[in-house]
Amino acid sequence: MALKFDQTTQNARILSVGAYRPPRVVPNSEIVDRIDSTDEWIQQRTGIQSRHFASADQSLIDMATIAAEIAIKRAGITADQIDSVIFATISYPYQAPSAATELLVRLGNTKAAAFDISAACAGFCYGVALANDMVRSRTSKYVLVIGGEKLSDFTDPDDRATAFIFADGAGAVVIGPSDEVGIGQTIWGASAESREAIVLEPSYLEYKNNPGKLDLGWPNISQQGQAVFRWAVYEIAPVALKAIEAAGLTPDTLAAFIPHQANERIIDSLAKSMKLPDSVAIARDIRTTGNTSAASIPLAMDALLIERPDLHGKSALLIGFGAGLVYAGQVVELPPKAL
Amino acid sequence: MALSQDVVLAGIKEIVVEVAGIDAGLIAMDKKFTDDLDVDSLSMVEVVVAAEEKFGVKIPDDEVTKMATVGDAVNFIVANGK
Repeated sequence: MALKFDQTTQNARILSVGAYRPPRVVPNSEIVDRIDSTDEWIQQRTGIQSRHFASADQSLIDMATIAAEIAIKRAGITADQIDSVIFATISYPYQAPSAATELLVRLGNTKAAAFDISAACAGFCYGVALANDMVRSRTSKYVLVIGGEKLSDFTDPDDRATAFIFADGAGAVVIGPSDEVGIGQTIWGASAESREAIVLEPSYLEYKNNPGKLDLGWPNISQQGQAVFRWAVYEIAPVALKAIEAAGLTPDTLAAFIPHQANERIIDSLAKSMKLPDSVAIARDIRTTGNTSAASIPLAMDALLIERPDLHGKSALLIGFGAGLVYAGQVVELPPKAL
Repeated sequence: MALSQDVVLAGIKEIVVEVAGIDAGLIAMDKKFTDDLDVDSLSMVEVVVAAEEKFGVKIPDDEVTKMATVGDAVNFIVANGK
């Protein structure tokens, strides 16, 4: 006997965005001595001028809670109306229970469905894809999607390839019902043959199986920068163009481009490959925020809407890409001005 | 027909001008990407990606690290291109 499932769909959109950057600003001058580099070199290679680091007693969940509360308030709802929480992160320091459930406790809504996703710098766009499908299929009415990272906990300050890149912050959106389609089809996938290009290791088991082996070191992110750069500039532009096409738009009808803030040179290269006209606003939050992995797109979205309030309600291409290697992109209607 | 050195050099010139904004007159077989042309490691990746597309040749990462001069890149593409 066929099972019953409500076949009617519900359009979804991003209702609001919230962002939190920890107060401590870390300029390149604080990073360079330990990696024998210069402010000029870092800016030229990445566009990064400064980033934010959380303090030792400020947790990932502390940051995520503030971003989430802002997004919930701006959506004109209350925390108890959230049906599901999707938390994209690679820097929550526990395997279980999830970051999402810790956030539920902090928000005072312990009943919502909650889970984490591990898709690194693509995590936020994976979360948007899932949330959109959940609202469309009426599995949830309001979904909170968080991208949050405290990467300073997992970055080696002496690693010349990564010390100047990664940073801390949290961004959140509420996705909920809409009269019109507010989130286009997601184009996503992986290049898993390049799993080794970005890794966070050693694993828990390496510590267990090598007791007392001190040179294992603390688990940190390592990255083959040039290989990742090559993948990003070569493979991601076609994905971005497919996402634009899937939403029924063309590059010149897009209002904004909010890619994962990995490296300003990647952003420039993508914009060039996609032949984005000057009319498209490009998020360059990386300059003062660094690369915050899953948090970078909602942080950049919030910053862009502060700088360009006229973009509220306009179309934006979001695209995330990172460790896996994995990617996801979709065109969304940016949230309206807060109620 | 195999690619000639002249054709590949002309193509590389176009790419380096586009990627790094360097005057085409400065680009010659003996010029070093990093020291003479100010093409850093990331720009080099962009040059390689563009050259792969233009000449239909695959340039592996370990070959890229060996390409110090414009001539190194041109010779690799001539030897491995179709």
